[in-house]
Amino acid sequence: MPTHTFVLNGRSVTVEAPDDMPLLWVLRDKLGVTGPKYGCGVGVCRACTSHLDGQEFQPCTRAVKDCEGHTVTTIEGLADGDTLHPVQEAWIDCDVAQCGFCQPGQIMTAVALLRRTPNPTDADIDQIQNICRCGSYPRIREAIKRAAARQAP
Amino acid sequence: MNCRTGKGFRSLPALPPHGPGPARAAEAPSVPAPSPAPEADGTPPPPDRGAKIDRVDPSVTPSYAQRRSRSGTGPGPPRPPDPAPPPARRVPPISTSTAASDSTGHQGDTGHPGDADHSADTDRSADTTGPTGRRRFLTYLLAAPTLTVAARLGLDAAAPASAQAAVRAAEAARTAAAPAQLLGLPGIPDIIDLGDAMILAGLPTSHLLVLEITPAGRAALYLPRLEVGQGLTTAIAMLVAEELDARLTDVDVPLSDGRPELLFNQLTGGSNSVRSLYDPVRAAAAAARARLVTAAATRWNVPANSLRTADSAVLAPDGRSLGYGELAAAAAAVVVPAVPGKPKSPDQLRLVGRPTGRIDARDIVTGRVKYAGDLQIPSAVPTVVARPTTINGTLKSVDASVARTMPGVYAVVQIPSGVAVLAETFDQAIKARDALRTTWNPGPVANLSTGDIQARLRAAHAPFLLPPLLTEYLDGEFDFAFVNHAPMEVLTAVADVRPNRAELWFAAQSPIIAQQTIAAELGLPQSAVTVHVVRGGGSFGRRLFFDAALEAAQISKAAGRPVKLMWTRNDDMRHGRMRPASHHRIRATYGLGQVLTWEHRAATVKTDLGHGLGEALTGAGFNLSLAGLSLAQAFFLLTEKNPYNVGIPTQLLAELPLDVHTGSWRSVYSGMVRVADEIMMDELARRMGQDEVAFRRARLRDAAGQAVLDTVARAGGWGRPMPPGQAQGVGYHDENGGRVAYLVELDASDRANPRVTRAVAAADVGRAINPRGLEAQLTGALIDGISVILQAGNHIDNGAVREGSYADFLYARQRNTPPSVEIHILPPSGAPGGAGELGVPAASAAVANAYARATGTSPRSFPIHF
Repeated sequence: MPTHTFVLNGRSVTVEAPDDMPLLWVLRDKLGVTGPKYGCGVGVCRACTSHLDGQEFQPCTRAVKDCEGHTVTTIEGLADGDTLHPVQEAWIDCDVAQCGFCQPGQIMTAVALLRRTPNPTDADIDQIQNICRCGSYPRIREAIKRAAARQAP
Repeated sequence: MNCRTGKGFRSLPALPPHGPGPARAAEAPSVPAPSPAPEADGTPPPPDRGAKIDRVDPSVTPSYAQRRSRSGTGPGPPRPPDPAPPPARRVPPISTSTAASDSTGHQGDTGHPGDADHSADTDRSADTTGPTGRRRFLTYLLAAPTLTVAARLGLDAAAPASAQAAVRAAEAARTAAAPAQLLGLPGIPDIIDLGDAMILAGLPTSHLLVLEITPAGRAALYLPRLEVGQGLTTAIAMLVAEELDARLTDVDVPLSDGRPELLFNQLTGGSNSVRSLYDPVRAAAAAARARLVTAAATRWNVPANSLRTADSAVLAPDGRSLGYGELAAAAAAVVVPAVPGKPKSPDQLRLVGRPTGRIDARDIVTGRVKYAGDLQIPSAVPTVVARPTTINGTLKSVDASVARTMPGVYAVVQIPSGVAVLAETFDQAIKARDALRTTWNPGPVANLSTGDIQARLRAAHAPFLLPPLLTEYLDGEFDFAFVNHAPMEVLTAVADVRPNRAELWFAAQSPIIAQQTIAAELGLPQSAVTVHVVRGGGSFGRRLFFDAALEAAQISKAAGRPVKLMWTRNDDMRHGRMRPASHHRIRATYGLGQVLTWEHRAATVKTDLGHGLGEALTGAGFNLSLAGLSLAQAFFLLTEKNPYNVGIPTQLLAELPLDVHTGSWRSVYSGMVRVADEIMMDELARRMGQDEVAFRRARLRDAAGQAVLDTVARAGGWGRPMPPGQAQGVGYHDENGGRVAYLVELDASDRANPRVTRAVAAADVGRAINPRGLEAQLTGALIDGISVILQAGNHIDNGAVREGSYADFLYARQRNTPPSVEIHILPPSGAPGGAGELGVPAASAAVANAYARATGTSPRSFPIHF
């Protein structure tokens, strides 16, 4: 079975897996990294959203071989030790989560959005596709704005 | 908040060791005794220490001598803590209070077994066989350096529910005497609602709630309910911290394993958790506080009433303090608390009612929270099931020869609902499943599609009672589609079935029924099946049913190994449960400015309520068969009412039995019945030339309802000019002791993409434990309303569900939601009502009404874009 080496949350990992196995299952079933969630398997719900070289992506639709040599960051790798990322802080401040299942993906999406667009408008935030079945959208919006304000120079 | 019920508490040392003694029997003659702890089957006694607790109202606390004497008549004398070390027992690791788990067999919130499961069997049987084992167990309980209390709500505790019902009946009678409006009759839910019935059903066991304080200073309330995002664990932690005077960060709320001795008191549903647990949780925490204070007074040799408590410590006037952890062992030995163990009065509250963030927020945002699929249960292998092409179709043939040879595949086994594939990863299991060559027999509704079902629903109605003779009338007919629950976390269950026992981990709203059903399925005694309740990633009613757990048990048995079964999204969308499709026919007659009659005929595809609710209603004293009611009709009668004075209202439910998977969907019948009513209220107001808000306000039966309506009208600027294609809409609903109104603004200038642009809600839920959590619930209900009214539903095409994922089941995304949401929580007005489901009908109605006003249309079929 082929092996694949990539950087996962700051550490180099090598894993045996078929080339076409979606990274989500490599993370969850082989590496025990369960922050990225399965919600649809087809890139629609975006509960698994993580970062590939700093850009948001959906590990459920990305083959592990395409991650070879790249840097993967999941929700587990977002904080700097015990110091939370400002977006995580904003999520807590705004008490965004209800069931919490989609929130790793929501947070990773928001972090990527803020990297691209440091001061997103409502229209920018409207572009987010991640599903939150609990309907925490208004607090997600509020938290993104709060994080943007906090990051502003 | 008051102590209405004469709650009494005793700590463990006063226990008659063998179940309820004569004193208790005399106290509770008509209350069924909790199931006795199993002893002979090798399982540990369940954590029902409350059952062994002598329950005495503090106001009539007998003297110590009396108690000695009375206890002496019981099966065994009270014993002082045994200094001998407890027998060595293998204890499952738990997250918070290890000492507690030793004494009780409690497990942590995920019940993570580690590697303890197999050896535990042997130890358990050695520990609990026969009376000797029981005494040793109790001895150990007594020796545990842990304060444990169980709240009691005795017979007199029927008071909360019945008193509330009586008050409401009186209130209805009083307002019924009001002039100037043709009056409606109060509905059954005005007198006793579903929540009251559930509370009544749970009363006999409500004293079995357990709160522990460990030497480490943690307070753990073992919650016999499920957390699925509704914020229950945070609200309960707040109640504990409040009454204990503990820091909120010192309180844990692990989810209890399935506890069959709780009978009807471990069912999460009906927006009933806070309503049913409010008194027992406060009672337990207040009792614990009294014991801690007493222990400190003894330690310092000062009067107990000179001490106060704050921040998880007892404080003396001279500045000394003792943390609760330091006092836990001594407090466990307190026989008679020296200070009253009564919950606080409303003016003493410092935390309850204050907006508070979730206690698990940090774990959520760091990805640490574990759902069933995240648990690392040893050897539990990823498993998926190939399912029929139509709903409830059956397997005709399967050729697994290719699938079995695929990489990573461990096994292929057949179960009643399909063919399971076990593999090293879910990816391999799914790929092998797709490589199965299966043929299927069509399911029982394979000849039906959405239009056929709608036609059958229309034909199912009873005719209207009152023909419109000389009165004017308005008719309306409404269709609501099937709606999948679609929680973000798909159904997932871990099962480890062995020849003589089974252990399961899943998000269970009804773990006791699940345990019973799975035990029967496996041919095991109920006591041999352990259900670990794991937090769920959303539910909305879905996890009342344990479909995946039952299948996981079947698969684990057939394959002879532990499995982690996951339904794919497609599985859940196509074979999961749905809010039943319904049709509604409403006729209002009116004249001289009055509404004279209001008839509502609801026809729904039969709602599956077979998850323990029927047992609970029977337990509450409802003899459904005697009343000639189906369970669904009883549920309907206990929940559905018209909140307005609209003459003589009648509401009837007709059920269309179809062999499809349905279930309670957040707000159940109200999600359709009350929405249709609210749309008719708008149309009738316009027909009668009245303002929609004023029309409602004049007919609302209580002042609290008027207040929430007034609040949204004022805060939302009801009636403000709107550009063409935009409009406001309102909706009102009350249920489960709560009242709510929504005002939304909707922009339908792009008719294909209507958007709610602003929402204002106001709610009076009696007392909001955590206003921030309540706001979250009301916001979620708003998004539900937007979704089910405008865009999210399920079609049936020749017996199969058309939608397969969120790509075509269009639950709202960020772009469909209002940038501005404003929520007003009205000041406390009484005991807490239910809030989890409250918002859905009113929010849905407000969206529908705004759409109608913005477009000048009369929407009749929902979702509108379908």
